[in-house]
Amino acid sequence: MVSHVLEIRDLATHFMTRAGVVKAVDGVSLTVGRGEVLGLVGESGSGKSVTGYSIMGLVDPPGRVVGGSIKLEGEELVGMDDDSLRHVRGKKIAMIFQDPMMTLNPVLRIDTQMTEAILAHENVSKKAALARAQQALERVGIPAAAERLKAYPHQFSGGMRQRVAIATALLNQPAVIIADEPTTALDVTIQSQILAEIQQLCREMGTALIWITHDLTVVAGLAQRIAVMYAGRVVEAGLVNEVLDDPLHPYTRGLLGSLPSAAIPGQPLDQIPGSTPSLGRLPPGCAFSPRCRDATELCRQEAPVNRYFSNGRQARCHHPVSTIALVATPSDV
Amino acid sequence: MLSFFIRRFAQAALVIAVMVVLVFFGVNVVGDPIWMLISPEMDQEAIEKTAAALGLDKPIIEQFFHFVKGLFQGDLGRSFVHGEPAIQLILSRMGATMELAVVALLMAIVFGLPLGMYAGLYPDRRSSRMIMSGSILGFSLPTFWVGLMLIMLFAVMLGWLPASGRGETVSIFGFETSLLTLNGWQHIALPAFNLALLKISLMIRLARAGTREAMLMDYVKFARAKGLKESTIIRVHVLKNIMIPIVTVLGLEFGSLVAFSVVTETIFSWPGMGKLLLEAIQRLDRPVIVAYVMVVVVLFVVINLIVDLLYSVLDPRVRITGAKA
Amino acid sequence: MIQSNPTVATPVEPALVKQETPWRQFVRTFFEDRVAVTGLMMLLLIIITAILAPWITPQNPYDLGTVDLMDSRIPPGEQTMEGYTAWLGTDGVGRDLYSAILYGLRISLMVGVVSGLIAASFGMCVGLIAAYAGGKVEAFIMRIVDLQLSLPTILVALILVAALGKGVDKIIFALVVVQWAYYARTVRGTALVERNKEYVEAAQSLGLSKTRVIFRHILPNCLAPVIVVLTVQTAHAISLEATLSFLGVGLPQTEPSLGVLIANGFQYMMSGRYWISVFPGLALLLTIVSINLVGDRIRDVLNPRLEK
Repeated sequence: MVSHVLEIRDLATHFMTRAGVVKAVDGVSLTVGRGEVLGLVGESGSGKSVTGYSIMGLVDPPGRVVGGSIKLEGEELVGMDDDSLRHVRGKKIAMIFQDPMMTLNPVLRIDTQMTEAILAHENVSKKAALARAQQALERVGIPAAAERLKAYPHQFSGGMRQRVAIATALLNQPAVIIADEPTTALDVTIQSQILAEIQQLCREMGTALIWITHDLTVVAGLAQRIAVMYAGRVVEAGLVNEVLDDPLHPYTRGLLGSLPSAAIPGQPLDQIPGSTPSLGRLPPGCAFSPRCRDATELCRQEAPVNRYFSNGRQARCHHPVSTIALVATPSDV
Repeated sequence: MLSFFIRRFAQAALVIAVMVVLVFFGVNVVGDPIWMLISPEMDQEAIEKTAAALGLDKPIIEQFFHFVKGLFQGDLGRSFVHGEPAIQLILSRMGATMELAVVALLMAIVFGLPLGMYAGLYPDRRSSRMIMSGSILGFSLPTFWVGLMLIMLFAVMLGWLPASGRGETVSIFGFETSLLTLNGWQHIALPAFNLALLKISLMIRLARAGTREAMLMDYVKFARAKGLKESTIIRVHVLKNIMIPIVTVLGLEFGSLVAFSVVTETIFSWPGMGKLLLEAIQRLDRPVIVAYVMVVVVLFVVINLIVDLLYSVLDPRVRITGAKA
Repeated sequence: MIQSNPTVATPVEPALVKQETPWRQFVRTFFEDRVAVTGLMMLLLIIITAILAPWITPQNPYDLGTVDLMDSRIPPGEQTMEGYTAWLGTDGVGRDLYSAILYGLRISLMVGVVSGLIAASFGMCVGLIAAYAGGKVEAFIMRIVDLQLSLPTILVALILVAALGKGVDKIIFALVVVQWAYYARTVRGTALVERNKEYVEAAQSLGLSKTRVIFRHILPNCLAPVIVVLTVQTAHAISLEATLSFLGVGLPQTEPSLGVLIANGFQYMMSGRYWISVFPGLALLLTIVSINLVGDRIRDVLNPRLEK
């Protein structure tokens, strides 16, 4: 049995709004191994960010985790009281957000914002915390770290700010880092730099990484495993190479087919028809069925359950199509 | 930075100059004050003598130039009623008014800030809604009426606090202050609270709006993700952010505090500038009125400058880009 | 065999969607808040009683023939010499407070509303001109507006009444001077936004004169924020007039607004005859609070971004 650092089963997070219940996350099961990189892919509205927040326990009301289990190094996070959860946050799991200009407080210095992350969990002297912060900045490649500590966020460029956020996340040597589209707001050139750097850092420190993104190409180069989300559910997951070479779920196939790189020049791009459903009004049956070319009556009536295959692959589809023969395994893997 | 200050000074000087002209000519439209100061038995000669002594017989333009000359010498004429130099009169009472205004400002912060933040953090609670309704009441009620009610309740009915006057003063660094005695605090409690009520309401609304906005910001989410305690987040992250607009508004409102003290000082017989002004208006004591306006205008200009400075100190975004420029 | 052709769809008339007029929508949303409705009811009651004052009071307190000095300082609820019950007591010279308050309300309301309307009209014109003229004219006007706004209202009003003396017209003038700048600034802001909208271009391209464009096209769209400011400022004006009268520099004794009544009663506070000041004060309070409640609600309704 592979020891997983993070095990999520049937996670459900619902938002009780005035217009009705919005099932932002409704049946997400994932595993992340120690030091592994998992790419969580989906369009906006698929629930991928909410999944990240749910793991951190940062879902804002009127949202709530309503069911499922999240086990971090064996410890159950769902249902944990706020105080204990706070001790886990920032220490065992850390999060990096999309826009570093918004996530760093503009009126506080960098050293304040970094040392507080340490001091919230450990009883060390301010000096020791400062030293660790400086080390972290150096490790992410920020020059003249000692002076930079005394600076304010607006004095850094976008890429540097994100590096600060990464350094902050690594300060307490967490077991898992959740990165919510951290390079989307940056220049393309900086993007690849940061990607490579994060990858290396995580490898060095043995930290597992969940990389949330809408960009399949990013995941291809970065992650070992991938999970594809649609309408609040994981519709396919597995090793990156296997999923990208041989997608089981029609949505994954559609995503891959619509990539500009996969297109033949001159021909119209292969799009998935229709648009993502509103999470407050999901169709009965498979959420993807209205847009699926191969949907049958069964698909429209009954929601498919997660089917497990060899090699840790899963797919939520009544008719998964594989180019190679795969053996289905019982669902309690 | 220096050019910024020079420009502001020039603007301020212009404002003061305009005010000088406006005030002088405006006040001189008031009826002839000589009739207030003579007794019915005086004959024409005595009247003319009195008028000459006060400089009221000269043509108005000459009076104006005389006035401006006096301004530069720090002499704004003598009070018709008290006989003392007007400027000295005003300045001697300024201390009492400043004391009142400062205590009122402190009350606004001490009462308004926590209440407003609470209402901002828990906007749906019943207590928050009550606080907000209270704040509407607070700025609806006319200051003078609240003063009356306060006197009635605390002085007449309950007898806890005195209804008028300033408490015992202690001299410190050459300034007189009544804040170092218990008796002093007893006397200043009601008038300061009366003056502060409007500002407390303002503070509550500002703090609530600011807190609500700040709590929705991403840096609060990030701070939570770091595992910080909620109380720490509020104390360190939110507070520092909302202080910037609050300090600027409060600073500007300080001027209005000084202005409103006219009402409060009258009701509570507090010996400050405001009471002096009202008496001067009722008795047509022109030099005092002019002196008061001059002092207040200068005060406003100084306050504005200080607030600008304070703003750049508090907001590092302004400070650093300003310094580098 | 006659077959209906399935490819020809029968044309269907789109159902006429019954839309709520903006006015209807506004009224409906306004009434959703119970507190504001209470405020509105109170305000209407106050206005109606003020208008009907001569018919619903036992005495005209300013007709000296009906006032008896023997009736002075009678506590609330007791009989007077003149033969009626003074429900709210009498003041220092024998005037029935209930009557005095209602008559006083008329004056207070009148002064507040008239000064508000004049200030609004004047301020709106200035604001519109500034927004439409642009350039140096606008800058100059806005400088004056800023200067006016930075001065505390009470000081300006005090100095003005000191210079002009007592009297209804002079008070109204002072109140107008103190208020107009708010309207000017609000309207200029809105007009600037409107000026860039397409319907202005359309009107201009039709060759309409500037005046016509300003007053017939832009102005109606600026009215919403003006109404909000009007309610709040009217309350403020009423409060300011009361303050000035209380200080003795406002309305004269011949036009006794609520402020004057309160001032007259001040001297009796210490001796326990609180009603002479308190009741007019309560009337003043209720008026101001109800106007503010209504104004607050109107502002919230017209500005949907500010959700509570």
